[in-house]
Amino acid sequence: MRPFAYARASDARDAVERFGPGAMYLGGGTNLVDLMRLGVAEPESLVDVARLPYDAIDGDGDGLRIGSAVRNSDLAAHPVVRERYPMLARAVLSGASGQVRNMATVGGNLLQRTRCPYFQDVSKPCNKRRPASGCPAIEGDHSNLAVLGHSGQCVATHPSDMAVALAALDARVRVTGPDGDRTVPIPGLHRLPGDDPSRDTVLRPGELITGVDLPPPPAGASKYRKVRERASFAFALVSIAAVLEVADGVVRDCRLALGGVAHAPWRAEIAEAELRGVRAGEEEFARAAEAELSRARPLPRNAYKVPLARNLIVRTLQELVT
Amino acid sequence: MNRVEGGDKVTGRARYAYEYPAADVAYVHPIQSAIARGRIRSVDASEALVMPGVLAVLSSAEPPPLGSREDPELALFQTDQVAYHGQLVAAVVATTLETARDAAERAVRITYDAEPHDVLLRADHPGLYTPKTVLPDFPAVSELGDVEAALADAAVVVDATYTTPTMHNNPMEPHATMAVWEEDGGLTLYDATQGATADRDSIAKVLGLPPDQVRVVAPHVGGGFGCKGTTRPNAILAALAARAAGRPVKVALTRQQMFDVTGYRTPTIQRVRLGADAQNRLTAISHEVVEQSSTLVEFGEPTALPTRVMYAAAARRTAHRLARLDVPTPSWMRAPGECPGMFALESAMDELAIAGGIDPIMLRVLNEPATDPESGLPFSSRHLITCLREGARRFGWERRDPEPGIRLDGRWLTGTGVASSTYPANRQPSSASATVEDDQFLVRIAAADIGTGARTVLTRIAAEALGAPAERVRVEVGDSALPKASLAGGSMGTASWGSAVVRACEALLKNGDRGTADTTADVEADSGFSRHAFGAQFAEVHVDIDTGEIRVPRLLGVFAAGRILDETLARSQFIGAMTMGLGMALMEETVVDEESGGFLNHDLAQYHVAACADVRDIEAVWIEEEDPYLNPMGSKGIGEIGIVGTAAAVANAVHHATGRRIRDLPVTPAKLLG
Repeated sequence: MRPFAYARASDARDAVERFGPGAMYLGGGTNLVDLMRLGVAEPESLVDVARLPYDAIDGDGDGLRIGSAVRNSDLAAHPVVRERYPMLARAVLSGASGQVRNMATVGGNLLQRTRCPYFQDVSKPCNKRRPASGCPAIEGDHSNLAVLGHSGQCVATHPSDMAVALAALDARVRVTGPDGDRTVPIPGLHRLPGDDPSRDTVLRPGELITGVDLPPPPAGASKYRKVRERASFAFALVSIAAVLEVADGVVRDCRLALGGVAHAPWRAEIAEAELRGVRAGEEEFARAAEAELSRARPLPRNAYKVPLARNLIVRTLQELVT
Repeated sequence: MNRVEGGDKVTGRARYAYEYPAADVAYVHPIQSAIARGRIRSVDASEALVMPGVLAVLSSAEPPPLGSREDPELALFQTDQVAYHGQLVAAVVATTLETARDAAERAVRITYDAEPHDVLLRADHPGLYTPKTVLPDFPAVSELGDVEAALADAAVVVDATYTTPTMHNNPMEPHATMAVWEEDGGLTLYDATQGATADRDSIAKVLGLPPDQVRVVAPHVGGGFGCKGTTRPNAILAALAARAAGRPVKVALTRQQMFDVTGYRTPTIQRVRLGADAQNRLTAISHEVVEQSSTLVEFGEPTALPTRVMYAAAARRTAHRLARLDVPTPSWMRAPGECPGMFALESAMDELAIAGGIDPIMLRVLNEPATDPESGLPFSSRHLITCLREGARRFGWERRDPEPGIRLDGRWLTGTGVASSTYPANRQPSSASATVEDDQFLVRIAAADIGTGARTVLTRIAAEALGAPAERVRVEVGDSALPKASLAGGSMGTASWGSAVVRACEALLKNGDRGTADTTADVEADSGFSRHAFGAQFAEVHVDIDTGEIRVPRLLGVFAAGRILDETLARSQFIGAMTMGLGMALMEETVVDEESGGFLNHDLAQYHVAACADVRDIEAVWIEEEDPYLNPMGSKGIGEIGIVGTAAAVANAVHHATGRRIRDLPVTPAKLLG
């Protein structure tokens, strides 16, 4: 690990002011410190923001404001989250382990980096880690990498479960930075790789996530379901966050986000559009899933993710109807 | 009786290799080869050597003197040739770990002349050859009768190829060593090892020291499963680095480094052919194995060995071939040979049962041999059928509908499977002493407690031999200064050490105040019987029809392993091994990166071992066997038999659930959806 300077920010303005070239914000450290140990992240200075006063969850009757320093465990255990946003609680609890969730923060969780094995190994080329060095995953082991929205530069997937649920809930991220405050909607926070996979999000240098705003819970039923080889402590092969509102047997509204399939939480807008106003039935669900996945470009070793995602969409929607 | 060292462990008093204090201790960080084949052109350490805190840089630029280069995996920095990606090619010694690592990663510059590498095992690899022997010293090929003719005449034939991937031992405690050179020229190593005596001898040989100048201390070891059974480069590196730095040093390999230099289970490609007559009696058994070794050392995993003892058939053939690739040398991983071999054989038996329209338990009962089918020796005891029947009773096997792929419970396809287990019951020469001190019996033996509870079971064995309460017996292990003992390996530890302890205690009772024993002669007299433990494993699996997720709600193992000396410890060994077998069945796989030639998923986030949530109802029971032909305790080893057959039982259950036969481990959602 390269030597680095460390400072604990006293407030958000202090944090932003301390953020200079080569700096990174440190939340719970459950991903960044690992990456520093691996030599993947080599910040010259760390600005510790885990103790900034963004550790509260406030409900104002409509939506919910979640501070960026809230620990994942506390988010999942919060009574309002459990009662009104059970899909979010389930998504958070499906990630990592209890020990990691006790340390990880909401802001850090959104900014965690891909677990692509090539990205994590500095002895190997990786366009995300070192631009223009190449992507060995495309020819190598991409068995758990992207099938949607990837590019010839990068097939990495975004690892967060929480972000998938937030994408389906139309959450907004509150950000403060050198140019002031703004909000960024999820989806939209995370970028697809395109020609520049080195940037995971649309955040600008020095911008700090201070919180997540949840709109009021959507009408209808919701569910988060994560498929993985191991029953715990494993990243998703494919996950889904689904919200379905049905009236008189017809889909009034639907929101679907997929995890484990793309460089970002994948909001399945094509499927959503197909579903609105149609009968809530298995055939319709399958047609919508297939419409969404017609955009998939699987690689030889991850082709299984396409039928998996299809089945998962259909099955989850069926469970939300019954 | 609780574990005698339990209190020390739960309170943190138990010290592991890296935890011993030493004045002015320095730290070592190894540098690994960035190429898989070729030679080191240059090592430039000049920048590292001027960094504050850096004490020395070791590399082939100045090969440190060694006593023996016989084992190229241990002959560190002796050559500029690179044999595999991740091989240790240099190391930095510094006053802090951070400095050592920083210097190793960015200040030591190594350039290479790389050559094309070959790291992929294939059934048609042009380099395949038949080694003379497989481990430990069995002929690579055995042949009885005319297999081809018997297969041609068989009423039912199974001909299938099964593959298992590279797998890695992942003990909780990393491979770690502290080395201290004494003023008199002696060397003390605190080393994570499965055998202090053998480790000492091997280190002394590599360094060119008389064995009595080297002492290995390892009272507590955090797991091994075989990877700490042979001396690893960390021990030699610590000794060389301490000599170069002129002070004690500590080395702990990182989890990633462990994947490269501490051994692994070879991948296997196994073709099994079974022929049976119309009554489902086996007439031909052929088991042909392809596996790999490194260019450095020939390691022949005895994968087809269990097939030599399992079932009756007049015509039989087992054969092993190796390809020497640009890879690290494979090594021991819990039940090397038996574990992957029985996945293939027991999957094939399941396929034969289906092809012959017979229950898989009945098929095994029908083909039970009267004597060892290859050697012709009588079995000292063999209760495989009892295990199968007892397991069937406990598991509710008689209610099983053999039809595959038809039981749907909600969205889960359900199924059950069975497989046999076997593992040899051997022992090796060991010594022990027993004395009386302060009204206590003190038993000394250089045995290794790698988390199995060896101390505890030896305390029980000694107490029984002495006719004394266990509270009055103290057993010292884990130090090469104690009477020499065999490894914790091959499920031979308790049998070997216990024999020496019993004889030493008997000698003490006879002499009054002191007894010693060396079982070399006793062990040499062990012949005339085929000695093996047997077992039966049952699995229930659920497979999600939408996602291919596989869950194992029930695992049952029934074992016949001689006299069980300590029920708590035995249960831990059995269910631990079955859990590891569950991981082998469903998730364990080290991915080889063909481009770089190294391993890709080299940490515990990417290399999945079974977690608590994967283990539901897991039960291990046993049949009390009386076998007078084993050792004074009447015991068989239990460390490994529990993993043998688990993967086949699970894969057979997956077939029963889904109708899909997965012959390529691990069984994953991707394979079931594909």
